[in-house]
Amino acid sequence: MLTRSRRPRRPPLQALLALGAGLLFAGLLGVAPAAAATAEPAPSASAPAEGTGFSVGGTIANGDEPVEGAEILVEGDGFSEVATTDDEGVWRVQVPAQGSYTSTLDVDTLPEGVEPRDPDNVMRTSNLNTTPNANVLFPMGESTIQGTSIWDTVLTRLIYGINFGLMLALAAIGISLIFGTTGLNNFAHGELLTFGALISFFLTAVLGWSIWAAIAVTLVASAAFGWFHDAAIFKPLRRRRVGLVQAMIVTIGLSIVLRYVFLMIFGGRTEFIQTGFNQVVPIGPANLQASSLISMGISVVVLAAVALFLTKTRIGKATRAVSDNAALAAASGIDVDRIIRIVWVLGATLTGLSGILYGVFRGVSWIMGFQILLLLFAAVTLGGLGSAFGALVGAIIIGLVTELSTLWLPADLRFATALIILILILLLRPQGILGRRERIG
Amino acid sequence: MDFLFVLNNALGVALSPTTAAYALAAIGIGVHFGYAGLLNFGQAGFMAIGAYAFGITTLTLGFPFPLAFLSAVVASVVFALILGIPTLRLRADYLAIVTIASAEIVRYIVSTTGLSDVTGGASGLSAFAGSFQAMNPLPSGSYGFGPWTYSRAEFWVFLWGWGLVAIATVVVWLLMRSPWGRVVKGIREDEDAVRSLGKNVYAYKMQALVLGGVFGSLAGVIFILPRAIQPTNYATTLTFFTWTILLLGGAATVFGPIIGSMIFWVLLVLTEGVIGGLVRADIITFISTTQAGQIRFVLLGLALILLVVFRPQGIFGNKKELSFNV
Amino acid sequence: MSEPTVVTHPLVVGPVGPGCKKVDPIVIADGVVRRFGGNTAVHVDHVEVPRGKITALIGPNGAGKTTFFNLLTGFDKPNEGDWSFNGQNLGNVPAFKVARRGMVRTFQLTKSLGRLTVLQNMLLGATKQPGENVFTALFKPLWKSREEEITTRADDLLARFKLDAKREDYAASLSGGQRKLLEMARALMSEPELVMLDEPMAGVNPALTQSLLGHIKELKNDGTSVLFVEHDMHMVRHISDWVIVMAEGKVVAEGPPETVMDDQAVIDAYLGAHHDTDLGDMIEQKSVAERARRVEAKEASLADD
Ligand SMILES: Nc1ncnc2c1ncn2[C@@H]1O[C@H](COP(=O)(O)OP(=O)(O)OP(=O)(O)O)[C@@H](O)[C@H]1O
Ligand SMILES: [Mg+2]
Repeated sequence: MLTRSRRPRRPPLQALLALGAGLLFAGLLGVAPAAAATAEPAPSASAPAEGTGFSVGGTIANGDEPVEGAEILVEGDGFSEVATTDDEGVWRVQVPAQGSYTSTLDVDTLPEGVEPRDPDNVMRTSNLNTTPNANVLFPMGESTIQGTSIWDTVLTRLIYGINFGLMLALAAIGISLIFGTTGLNNFAHGELLTFGALISFFLTAVLGWSIWAAIAVTLVASAAFGWFHDAAIFKPLRRRRVGLVQAMIVTIGLSIVLRYVFLMIFGGRTEFIQTGFNQVVPIGPANLQASSLISMGISVVVLAAVALFLTKTRIGKATRAVSDNAALAAASGIDVDRIIRIVWVLGATLTGLSGILYGVFRGVSWIMGFQILLLLFAAVTLGGLGSAFGALVGAIIIGLVTELSTLWLPADLRFATALIILILILLLRPQGILGRRERIG
Repeated sequence: MDFLFVLNNALGVALSPTTAAYALAAIGIGVHFGYAGLLNFGQAGFMAIGAYAFGITTLTLGFPFPLAFLSAVVASVVFALILGIPTLRLRADYLAIVTIASAEIVRYIVSTTGLSDVTGGASGLSAFAGSFQAMNPLPSGSYGFGPWTYSRAEFWVFLWGWGLVAIATVVVWLLMRSPWGRVVKGIREDEDAVRSLGKNVYAYKMQALVLGGVFGSLAGVIFILPRAIQPTNYATTLTFFTWTILLLGGAATVFGPIIGSMIFWVLLVLTEGVIGGLVRADIITFISTTQAGQIRFVLLGLALILLVVFRPQGIFGNKKELSFNV
Repeated sequence: MSEPTVVTHPLVVGPVGPGCKKVDPIVIADGVVRRFGGNTAVHVDHVEVPRGKITALIGPNGAGKTTFFNLLTGFDKPNEGDWSFNGQNLGNVPAFKVARRGMVRTFQLTKSLGRLTVLQNMLLGATKQPGENVFTALFKPLWKSREEEITTRADDLLARFKLDAKREDYAASLSGGQRKLLEMARALMSEPELVMLDEPMAGVNPALTQSLLGHIKELKNDGTSVLFVEHDMHMVRHISDWVIVMAEGKVVAEGPPETVMDDQAVIDAYLGAHHDTDLGDMIEQKSVAERARRVEAKEASLADD
């Protein structure tokens, strides 16, 4: 999925704004919280049809080239009409009523050199009993899966999976460290990731900085943001002896606040951070972007540095001591509040970096962090709550599962698969892979 | 700007079936969290299960309303069991993450294109309320007065929505004053202690999960009766809003969820109307009308934070019986 | 055991010694082992608890007493071993069923249910309340009369434990010692056959301790068996009929209190070099040392990766 989404897809800004305004108007009529949820980028749903309210349509593209002038015959229940694709490859037919309709692609109308992926099967049936607007797919060109052997595909997915897993690991370790030292499940952690991505996008795309300078400044900004979280919110809460469940709900509120602030500033669009490293590097059968390799390199180096920090330095050891038993650590002379402050700063910095990488490969949007939050929690839970190394292992597993599952399952179910794996593993090992059981009595 | 119009809207929404649906969902997590201490962050999943079970049995299987309604209940019971078996033995914070994950799994599955024949995929389902409205015994005409004027069809949904809320409230009240409620509240405090007294903690947690889940599922049905099923509605945000409602009213209170839902909706509509109005009237100039809609959610998040920190028992909660572990 | 002489006792079949057979045992444990990582917390080859008597389980901090309690009552699962209560095997029996069979425990770290009143805490301890079923709960007439019975019993116990004035207060408002009392009273609500008390007297003032000792003896007179963990040797000496000593997970000695307390093995194991040190200090030292050990173990395992 990485190569595909790598290419900037710019949804028409006005359309998004119009959609937003429409939703807000709907809010006035009393559906707003639901509408807020719908403001998350919806998969390219068919535009509501005018007229009868029922329609069949779709988009035909050869790779990324829209196919213009292809004809599709739509039939059903005495109705028949031919649709032609426009210059964006889009076609749609209004049909009179609910029911079952067949769409047949006329192969002769395809331009020279464009062929259906499966030329023997160009007829599709859609059922309009459950939905007013059906989308019909006619894939063109050689299927990427058929062209290469299964092992090549597996290898490609494996590499993407590891890359994604490493990216997740950076942010997951942040969550894990914070949970370990404070016991807090931070539902606003995703917003730290969005923050990093937004800053870096602003520096590169708006100010035109080089990616390296942008990364450096973003990391500093993320660190400051983490410091601010602790200094302005969580330390005062600890002072007030606010319970953990309460604090967790505070993070839910914080997540809502930050997300909508991001939305107000950035709008509903999705943009990509440009790195300039677009060379293709073949590694075996997998064609990787140079940026993917650099990203993996950065992740590995940073993760190794974090591991060294936690195991070798005084502060790192103190951090683990606080995770183990904060009261005891305090009694043995460790300044727990200082350690927690350091953990917030470190966690936010790592998460900001993860946000930059995510913004390069999967795009920057106001909701990105929230969308990825669950995968982060899944990674941390899988590894065992509070264990930094567990978070790393869990993140790699989640990364691999999301990518490898697309070999067998539809791509739009890959996050679901990762979450199902989470539940299955917890069935077998309720304390997570590297977690410890709690003491009773 | 027309303040009367805004006020009228805000008052109208206080009794809308959507408000009833949210109240019902909040009563559900009230049972889960307020009484049994279960951190269910997957209420949106239960609502989706209810809505889709209702929609699919109506459209694909052609069930009449009572059967489709029953299907929603059965589906949520089954979902609660599937969810509960692996998670109820887990530590509370694991439960939070697993429930939120399960709700997302539901959402991914109902929106996947592979199943769009049944679920409608990303575009969802619509036109399933026919059988429900066909049962409507009310004579045609309009009902209510002032901001609360409803057409015959709307009033039928209104009656069902608030009727279910009333039933759920009575059931919860009866249960929570009983020894069953005592066991469940004991589990909220310390499940090992309750276990040591010979109570089957797992079974009680499961019962609480099922009960609150059924309320969530019915909330899902009420929510969709006046509109279409949109899979994007069932994102985590929905769960968070029901939590906000619960905490607003007070987690372990009988009327908290209802009052919470009314306040939540009135405030949302009021702030939208007022801020939007001020922007349109060029009194506030530094934001656009779109942003005026978004700023409500910023305020909502802030309200949630302040509420939880400074008034954790909610507006009606008992000061001593705080809704959180201290 | 350096003495070759054979000692006998009316409670015991054969010679007295660690793991000896009892005339009428209520609990029998065999080969019960519980490991935490590399640390074997409990390794009991054989032990029997006599019926109708007061048995003390003593041993230094970290000896495995609480862990052994957890295992017997189903709150933790052993790596190996069997045990039975009243002749019924309890392996894999969940904790709540163990309690229902008449073996009820308290916890070392009190578990009072803070946002329930003292009375509600007590009522939770009762059995056979039909209103605890979710369906019957809806109809008050079905459970009202039982509720009245158990309320009477609860009031009675509360009075005995000097908690009657606190009846309507939230348990969270009780002092540490009062919570211990409440937990003990609550455990007695179900009239168990065996009560297992994990340090019942820790934090209870001396005057009340005396009256509690009286209650425990009364329990025995009613035919209830008692197994309790205690660090206060005076109390152990005063009320127990039998003493079992654990050290480093094993049963190292047992016998009647007069003889066990003077056993050299016990003095070595229990009091050791810290004969005169304050118990509080010992706990502190133990946990610091244990912590250091854990961090080292962790580092070792990290180095392996
Ligand atoms: N959940 C656990 N995980 C790891 N180690 C544990 C756990 N529970 C107990 N232990 C270890 O098992 C050993 C026995 O502990 P236990 O609590 O049974 O001691 P105890 O005899 O009750 O001591 P005390 O008199 O201080 O209460 C200790 O070394 C303890 O650290
Ligand atoms: Mg102990």
